[in-house]
Amino acid sequence: MNARTGWGLLLLLGLAFPLLTDNDYHLTVMSSASIFALATLGLNLITGYTGQFNLAHAGFMAIGAYTVGILTVDHQWPFWAAFCLSGLVPVVLGLPIGLLSLRLKGHFFAIFTMCVGYILFLGIEKWESLTHGAVGIIGIPVPEALPTPFGDVSFDSPRALYYLVLGFLTLGLWVMHRIVGSLLGRTFVAIRNGDDLAESLGINLMRNKLLAFLLSVFYAGTAGGLYAGFVRFLSPDLAGVERTFDMTMYMLIGGAGTLLGPLLGALGVPWLAQYLQFLQDYRFIVFGPLLIVLVIFLPDGIVGWVRGQWLRRRASQPASVVAQEPDQQSTSVGLKGERHA
Amino acid sequence: MLEIQGLTKRFGGLTAVNDVSTCVEKGKVNAIIGPNGAGKTTFFNLIGGVHLPSAGRILLNGEDVTRCRADDMALRGVARTFQSTTLFDLSTVLDNLIVGHRLRTRSGLWDAVTGSRRLRDEEALCRAKARAALDFVGLSHLERRLAADITQEERKRVAFALAIATDAQLVLLDEPAGGVNPEETVGLALLIRKMVRSGITVCLIEHKMDMIMQLADKIMVLNYGEKIAEGTPDEIRTNPAVIDAYLGSEHAEA
Amino acid sequence: MDMFLQQILNGLTLGSVYCLVALGLTLVYGILQVPNFAHGAFYMAGAFVAFQLMSALGWNYWLAMLAAAASVAALAALAGRWVFHPLRKSSGLHPMIAAIGLLLFLEASAQAIWGADFRRMPTPYTGMVEVAGIGIGQQRVLLVAGAFVLMAALQLFLKRTVVGATIVALAQDREGAALMGIDTHRVAMLTFAISGALAAAAAVLYAPINLVYPAMGSLVITKAFAIIVIGGMGSVPGAIAGGLIIGFAESFGAFYVSSDAKDLIAFVLLVVILSVRPQGLFTRGVL
Repeated sequence: MNARTGWGLLLLLGLAFPLLTDNDYHLTVMSSASIFALATLGLNLITGYTGQFNLAHAGFMAIGAYTVGILTVDHQWPFWAAFCLSGLVPVVLGLPIGLLSLRLKGHFFAIFTMCVGYILFLGIEKWESLTHGAVGIIGIPVPEALPTPFGDVSFDSPRALYYLVLGFLTLGLWVMHRIVGSLLGRTFVAIRNGDDLAESLGINLMRNKLLAFLLSVFYAGTAGGLYAGFVRFLSPDLAGVERTFDMTMYMLIGGAGTLLGPLLGALGVPWLAQYLQFLQDYRFIVFGPLLIVLVIFLPDGIVGWVRGQWLRRRASQPASVVAQEPDQQSTSVGLKGERHA
Repeated sequence: MLEIQGLTKRFGGLTAVNDVSTCVEKGKVNAIIGPNGAGKTTFFNLIGGVHLPSAGRILLNGEDVTRCRADDMALRGVARTFQSTTLFDLSTVLDNLIVGHRLRTRSGLWDAVTGSRRLRDEEALCRAKARAALDFVGLSHLERRLAADITQEERKRVAFALAIATDAQLVLLDEPAGGVNPEETVGLALLIRKMVRSGITVCLIEHKMDMIMQLADKIMVLNYGEKIAEGTPDEIRTNPAVIDAYLGSEHAEA
Repeated sequence: MDMFLQQILNGLTLGSVYCLVALGLTLVYGILQVPNFAHGAFYMAGAFVAFQLMSALGWNYWLAMLAAAASVAALAALAGRWVFHPLRKSSGLHPMIAAIGLLLFLEASAQAIWGADFRRMPTPYTGMVEVAGIGIGQQRVLLVAGAFVLMAALQLFLKRTVVGATIVALAQDREGAALMGIDTHRVAMLTFAISGALAAAAAVLYAPINLVYPAMGSLVITKAFAIIVIGGMGSVPGAIAGGLIIGFAESFGAFYVSSDAKDLIAFVLLVVILSVRPQGLFTRGVL
């Protein structure tokens, strides 16, 4: 089966999901997972593809969420108006942070962003006049109904919210797919392979790293905005480093540097956690060692490993068989459907 | 083609390269040799734009490129290989090479998201260049092989291919035959000759004396960061200063 | 004037804790070239082990500290063997992620065993002592004294013993050391053990003043990272200097500027310094 069919199938499953279950709680879990999946896609771009471990990622998601929270609750903005800013405010903040931090290589960048993440968390917790501090923001309004040719679509049911989130996730996935499959995506991968080599290939490190960084926080912020409209209550914990670790884990289990990997990880792991309900607060007793084992034995993640096997098998096929198939793109799963010269 | 005047690099108290002047001659195989720690890689880093010189000038075809960074140098046609090349192991060999021509393209975020005509054309171009480069180094049969699954010698060739795909006029090879057996070394030397015949100027650092003596048109010898000799292989072979510093010791490998 | 002196003493107290934690962290980085994000969990584990021994088994404070240091040393060595050693050839993300996995595991385990609540660690040193006309808690004096003793011991160990010298050698040049027949693996495990012991000691010294809870390591460790980056990764004098600088900065900042903002000081300093000098204040690398 080729990639187009694969993604199409996933989308179909996604669309059909509410019809397969009567349980509103399931919808809630899936919606929440999808929101974090969107954020994880962002993390995957800067960390999985470009190789820069941004430990402040959750902080940016929180900024997006709080943008919506503060504007709607304290300034009576309509939800959608506030939501439009949820991706942009993190980008504006991310610009100076990126310029400062992306000069640092490897571990230093991770440590620096860890500290930035803490600054963001502490900032949200202590700046009570703006963020309501540790108490958090409550009572974020439901997203207003949107007019469509089929009449107004309102979002006050779990099902409607689910489809809203699914819509954004699909859009986000599609854009990310375009990005990572393009020459720009290859540029990012080259940077991950090595700064020196990438530079010697004519790649401007700062400009490209910054682009990846800003895109990633845009995703995080947008997911945060969705989170605000979905959960309708915010606390500083959203900015905590643990949230970034959660997303890192989703990314790794599935396979950093693939698209399907982080998606499956972000959607699948919360379900796992659901079934191991008793583990919820202690999930890291299992997931901690799991991360370690993963990184030692399956560093490419599940999807990454599968892809590796598949590519290997394909490499050993006789040339005539292979020549029938259109060319591959390295950064997305499967075929592109176009023949290149 | 590349004129180097009084190039010096100091790291704190240590002078790694001291007042070296030379010329990398177009269309020739230029070699840099010297004992370990002589400053050869630092020298490469200076002309490749990785380090900023403490003093001196570098002129590429008459233009002052002393302060140019590595990506700028690449755009100007100076490509470089490293002692070890990290490839994306989860991808095919061909796929790894496509980014080689990226620097000559202009597609950006907008093109990527909209799937523009320019992007498709440029991707096709990069792919064609990658294929051509792979073919040039004799590894077309490895096109679909996973980058993780190729041998050390093949890796070296892929590194060459990457440099070639950038449409370089000058390629700096840092120990191109490192970790490769004598037979393979001969093969790589032939490849380097082929590169020069096709119009690329080559400058390389190597420790394998047999290879250098047979391959190089011109050799520069560095010791303790200073140039101690320069000339044809025959001249270098008999130069007392060089023998003194270097060839006399049991340094020669291959 | 009194207040000023008070802040100096506060700064010294804080700085001492930070120094001990940062020292362990910088030693491990010097040897392994990996930032051990789990270091804060070692700190926390030390406090909990001591807490358990003292409250449940009635152990004496010093014995509990010794036991805590020993057990965390063992824990750290195990971590080195099972988590970091298999990843010594991978660069990039994977060792960092493994460290984080370890951190989360230890924190969650602590929470499972002891719950998330804050605990008080009992100490026999609850009295006050007069220093330069200021009343200061005995525990604080103990902390500062203990920290200096430990740091002096560490310096002696590194400079005067053969094992210490091998650690220094390894930090300077791992491959060279291996070629000279130094068992890099064993030395790395030893370094881990030392870092764990230092962190545990710091925790047990500080916990009676602060509190004991599973997340107690996270803020400290983040500051410790800021400290060693500021001071230069792998540099012992850098860690000490950095720890004291941050300790004093926080103490004075909390009093004269704003106590809410004091936690931010370390990070803001880090941001400022790294922006101007990306390699840290002291030259990196050599212990």
